[in-house]
Amino acid sequence: MEYLIIIIAAIFVNNVVLSQFLGICPFLGVSNKISTSAGMAGAVTFVIVLATIVTFLLQHYVLNPLGVGFMQTIVFILVIAALVQMVEIMLKKLSPALYQALGIFLPLITTNCAVLGVAILVIKKNYNLLEGVVFGASTAIGFGLALVIMAGIREQLDLANVPKGMKGVPIALLTAGILALAFMGFAGIVK
Amino acid sequence: MSRLYNLTKGIIKENPIFVIVLGMCPTLATTSSAMNGLGMGLATTFVLFGSNTVISLIARFIPDKVRIPSYIVVIATFVTIVDLVMQAYTQSLYEKLGIFIPLIVVNCIVLGRAEAFASKNGVLDSVLDGIGMGLGFTFALTLLGGIREVLGNFSFFGLRVIPKDPWWSKAVFFHDPILVFILAPGAFIALAYLIAIFNRLKKN
Repeated sequence: MEYLIIIIAAIFVNNVVLSQFLGICPFLGVSNKISTSAGMAGAVTFVIVLATIVTFLLQHYVLNPLGVGFMQTIVFILVIAALVQMVEIMLKKLSPALYQALGIFLPLITTNCAVLGVAILVIKKNYNLLEGVVFGASTAIGFGLALVIMAGIREQLDLANVPKGMKGVPIALLTAGILALAFMGFAGIVK
Repeated sequence: MSRLYNLTKGIIKENPIFVIVLGMCPTLATTSSAMNGLGMGLATTFVLFGSNTVISLIARFIPDKVRIPSYIVVIATFVTIVDLVMQAYTQSLYEKLGIFIPLIVVNCIVLGRAEAFASKNGVLDSVLDGIGMGLGFTFALTLLGGIREVLGNFSFFGLRVIPKDPWWSKAVFFHDPILVFILAPGAFIALAYLIAIFNRLKKN
């Protein structure tokens, strides 16, 4: 039950993009086509889960015992950057097909604040490892959901006649705002 | 002349938010009031100033292959300093900005300026560029925060700007604050219109 609450809260109620404002850059950047945004969502899910596990273990078994909790930001971002590189190299060797699908998105993920954000939130909320992984995975699913919905809308938007000044970023932001309004309907499902 | 340009270009001409459109996450998340926007802007300005200074000094000694990780370490160091100082002296603001203070580290503006400007220019120019970009970011965040606060809460920097029961209160729609503007959707909508207005002004 606890896990169910974490999952629903992370996907719908506190959607990572539309209510927490994490990962806006890829949200606006790669939401032009459904296929690419699905690829991005897959890559992000993979990295978030891995990063959550590694940073959790580091925080609780290295940083805390040594009493250097203030090094959190520096250590986490380095770990995530290294992890992304490693995943990229390993995928290339082990599964060329998956690499073909996710490859171009991986370098972009280092600067996706959702990854670092989830890593820090897991520590802040005092989750245990399993809760952290569930939280990370469902946050990533929420990210993917927002991305794919947005891509679907934007594919239609290309055909619409948008006022000159609103073209590009403004209309995308406005669409996101309306989506966020829709997602506010989920508020109150869990506390 | 060009020195002055380095300082001022970030404020309007190359404004990181309205023109370059980088660093969207903190822009949307921390501007529920003018004060929060100002605080976030100044914190980022300090990081930009520090990282630009240090990176312009050490860029020559860093091998090309490891430059991005090295820059990130420098940036993360300054973010940690800001994090600890704000936790000590501005507790309430620190709690409001929350997770977005450590997340300055992944703000594209900071790494972007390090890579595009500080690594190629002298110290003085880089310092001016950092401060200018930071002020442009602060300006954008304060403006957005101010607009959202006025519309969503009828106040500006915490001071009430529209009286509680004005004479027009029954006549016009300005009866109650438009609460949605300080919630999540308001951030997207307000920023969308601000960028659209900026685009329009730029063309003239």
